[in-house]
Amino acid sequence: MIGLLSGVTFAPLLGVAAILILRAFARSEDERTVSAAKWIALGTTLATLALSILLVSEYEPLNPGFQFVEDAAWFAGLHYRMGVDGISILFVLLTAFLMPICIAASWKTIETRVLEYMIAFLVLETLVIGVFCALDLVLFYAFFEFGLVPMFLIIGIWGGKRRVYAAFKFFLYTLLGSVLMLAAILGMIGIAGTSSIPELMVYKFDPHLQTWLWLAFFASFAVKMPMWPVHTWLPDAHVEAPTAGSVILAGILLKMGGYGFLRFSLPMFPQASEYFTPLVFALSVIAIIYTSLVAFRQTDIKKLIAYSSVAHMGFVTMGIFAGNAVGVQGAIFQMLSHGVISGALFLCVGVVYDRMHTREIAFYGGLVTRMPWYAAVFMLFTMGNVGLPGTSGFVGEILTMTGAYGVSTWTALLAASGVILSAVYALSLYRRVIFGELTNPALAEIGDLDWREVAIFAPLIAATLFLGIYPAAVFDLTQSSVDNLVAVYRAAIGA
Amino acid sequence: MTFSADIALAGPELILAGAALLLLVVGAFAPRATNLLSLGAIAALAAAAYAAAFGPQGRGFSGGLVADDASAFGQVAIFAASAIAIPLGQKWFERRGVRNFEFPVLILLAALGMSMMVAAGDLISLYVGVELQSLALYVLAAMHRDDAKASEAGLKYFVLGALSSGLLLYGASLIYGFAGSTRFEDIAVAVETGAGTGVLFGLIFLICGLAFKVSAAPFHMWTPDVYEGAPTPVVAFFAAAPKLAAMLLFARVLSEGFHGASAQWGQVLVIIALISIGVGAFAGLAQGNLKRLWAYSSIANVGYAVLGLASGTAEGVQAMLVFMVLYMVDVTGFFACLAALSRDGKPMETIADMTGLMKERPGIALAMTAFSLSALGLPPFSGFWAKFYVFKAAIGAGLGVWAVIGLVGSVVAAFYYLRLIKVMWFDASAGATDKPPMEAHVIAIGAAFFSFPLVLGALVYIDPLAKAAAAAFGLV
Repeated sequence: MIGLLSGVTFAPLLGVAAILILRAFARSEDERTVSAAKWIALGTTLATLALSILLVSEYEPLNPGFQFVEDAAWFAGLHYRMGVDGISILFVLLTAFLMPICIAASWKTIETRVLEYMIAFLVLETLVIGVFCALDLVLFYAFFEFGLVPMFLIIGIWGGKRRVYAAFKFFLYTLLGSVLMLAAILGMIGIAGTSSIPELMVYKFDPHLQTWLWLAFFASFAVKMPMWPVHTWLPDAHVEAPTAGSVILAGILLKMGGYGFLRFSLPMFPQASEYFTPLVFALSVIAIIYTSLVAFRQTDIKKLIAYSSVAHMGFVTMGIFAGNAVGVQGAIFQMLSHGVISGALFLCVGVVYDRMHTREIAFYGGLVTRMPWYAAVFMLFTMGNVGLPGTSGFVGEILTMTGAYGVSTWTALLAASGVILSAVYALSLYRRVIFGELTNPALAEIGDLDWREVAIFAPLIAATLFLGIYPAAVFDLTQSSVDNLVAVYRAAIGA
Repeated sequence: MTFSADIALAGPELILAGAALLLLVVGAFAPRATNLLSLGAIAALAAAAYAAAFGPQGRGFSGGLVADDASAFGQVAIFAASAIAIPLGQKWFERRGVRNFEFPVLILLAALGMSMMVAAGDLISLYVGVELQSLALYVLAAMHRDDAKASEAGLKYFVLGALSSGLLLYGASLIYGFAGSTRFEDIAVAVETGAGTGVLFGLIFLICGLAFKVSAAPFHMWTPDVYEGAPTPVVAFFAAAPKLAAMLLFARVLSEGFHGASAQWGQVLVIIALISIGVGAFAGLAQGNLKRLWAYSSIANVGYAVLGLASGTAEGVQAMLVFMVLYMVDVTGFFACLAALSRDGKPMETIADMTGLMKERPGIALAMTAFSLSALGLPPFSGFWAKFYVFKAAIGAGLGVWAVIGLVGSVVAAFYYLRLIKVMWFDASAGATDKPPMEAHVIAIGAAFFSFPLVLGALVYIDPLAKAAAAAFGLV
């Protein structure tokens, strides 16, 4: 029997099937076929969004356990086991929310091999949702790992000049991290005799062994997140990826790392998590301060935003390993908020890149005179990135810092300087691109947002403001699961 | 045991031997009836597979022949792979003007040899099986007589194969001398009661000889040259089934004959496995020819299978069997892809030839992508599940550190698989390709479908069968 959760997960594959059938019947990839494929992709992602909204509306927020659980025995003791709790359900919604935006953002900019492009995005959607829903370690790993392939193709086929280099770097970096996780997964299955995530969350591994398992999982999630010093693949991948690819990468794929820490590291290896907390704090603070400074010195808009992502992910890791309810809530909120804001910022870069085909900051300046609407939109998301109260960016940062403050004052203090640094690079970027005299003659005829771009930005603006003004909408869903997670964690470490 | 009961146990072997001789006679009188001969050979293989799966079980011919779940598992897989090789190769040779009716007969003889290998209960039948299989393969490798490279490959294969047979035989004679018997059961008793270093000395030679047959490093030198020179469909055959047969034989000798010395051979196998994985990963990086590349890939893959065996547990043997069966499908499919591709009548064998294949032949390009990702060990392709079994067994047997090194080796190898995907998907097309022949196309696409998604269902059946087969060796 197919439950609602499998429906959400595999619905995008129906779109893939439809596109393949379309291709089989159309003799060539003419304009009509391509346009039909785009509409199929958009329709499928919107349908998936509708299903995931249905999922959230049927979700019982007061029940901290897994819901919509599906379980079917497979081979070798493995199970097809799916379910969501308060920690994962919002990531499913975030994925389903960003995907139609990605498809719409690629509507005009992707001109070659459009069918394959749409298929790659739809497959990616299934895999990402699968990562957040899988309740079997091996199933999780399968979704997690296969997600590399569509992204590899998206960067490699539709990317910029150094796309091959970026695609390989992305793939190999992430693969090296995840094979270590695979070794740990196999070890855990051998020791605990089960691959069920809910069962493993209550299994007590030997503290010495936990250290090794924690490190192996950390290798994978730290690369994915990415944490300093294994973040170097991210700027390359972002710069070379097409706009929608960057949106997915920053908006969703990075969140898999944070989700992994919450789902595996904290509940399964609590002693090791506590033991390594100072390490994570140190790396988080370095990420926040160092990559903020690096971001400030960038000459490429996309690269600047990519480095700012690394800095913002530093708040997430800090909040998670604070190990208290405030920190974890803040980390989840920060991930959701960053998914929306960074996705929107990459779309903002895409708007000017589509018109001028360059991302050099120095090329632009004075855009406000030609593109007032664009300037307003970019302003909102820049403020969100800085963490201005009233936008969603503020809530996550203040909560993660509050959470960390209770554990390590110095960490919170140093991280707080990151808030100032983010204002430095984000506002200076905004000033250099939007304000000033419009001196570059090439920009004289640049046009403002068209209706399609407005339609793309509208939901993102709404989400940023809504989450900033009424964050309780998120906390209502996450609270019971987070409280449960934190209670188990604190009991295990004897705090 | 009566003679007729012994005969019944040898059902699959007798069917194949009889069919091979019969087809040879038919071929001598009607050399043009190649289609008929191929069909006859396939029918014989099907009958032998039926006999293997449903025939009686036991030990016959004074322990020389064993029919158990393990032999049945190996025989069915081997016969299936052989049956697929017949149309693939026959048509390929016919298009090149070689209408040799011996082709199906040689495949049958090779299958017979492999069948004996997996059913061998003593050193004599072991050697006879290995030699029969090898001799048939030497001829197959050199069958394209007008091609200098194929002849060279055949000769190289023969000379080095003879060397390894010598090692094998020398090891067998040492074991016989010190243990006093060629039967695995008696050897096991001798080992348990302390037969001394002489037997172990012989065992090392035996392992070297078998490592050569499965092309495990450091006995792999022949593999790239032979793969490159031999006709592509023949490579599709001998890169697959003979390796399963040799690995199964390996497992049987070690677990039935030398279980008492598992600590000794375990460490030898770990070293062989790691060298193979390393050689396969690093030497593969420098290859431009896909047949050579896949030769190195097969060396690395055999390394993984040997690692499963090195665990010395029933789980390890099960892992090795699952690994080999899944790997067999992938490797057959990959070489079927190569057999299907040509441009202006010339075979496409280098990575550079594949540029932009996604545009020209999306079906085959997708299949090759699936095989590459599978060989890379990426879920949900079959290669991942193969590695999943092996590493789970290895970690369970306390070989965790070596397993991690093996996994890191697979990341190095990932680079060359990705390079193949890169040229097929990212680069512009290098020109139209010829229409692929039907049989190679079908086999390639079918194998790709098995690699994903059929494997997800097939493993539900393969898993218990391999488990039963592994249990037949009496390991824990």
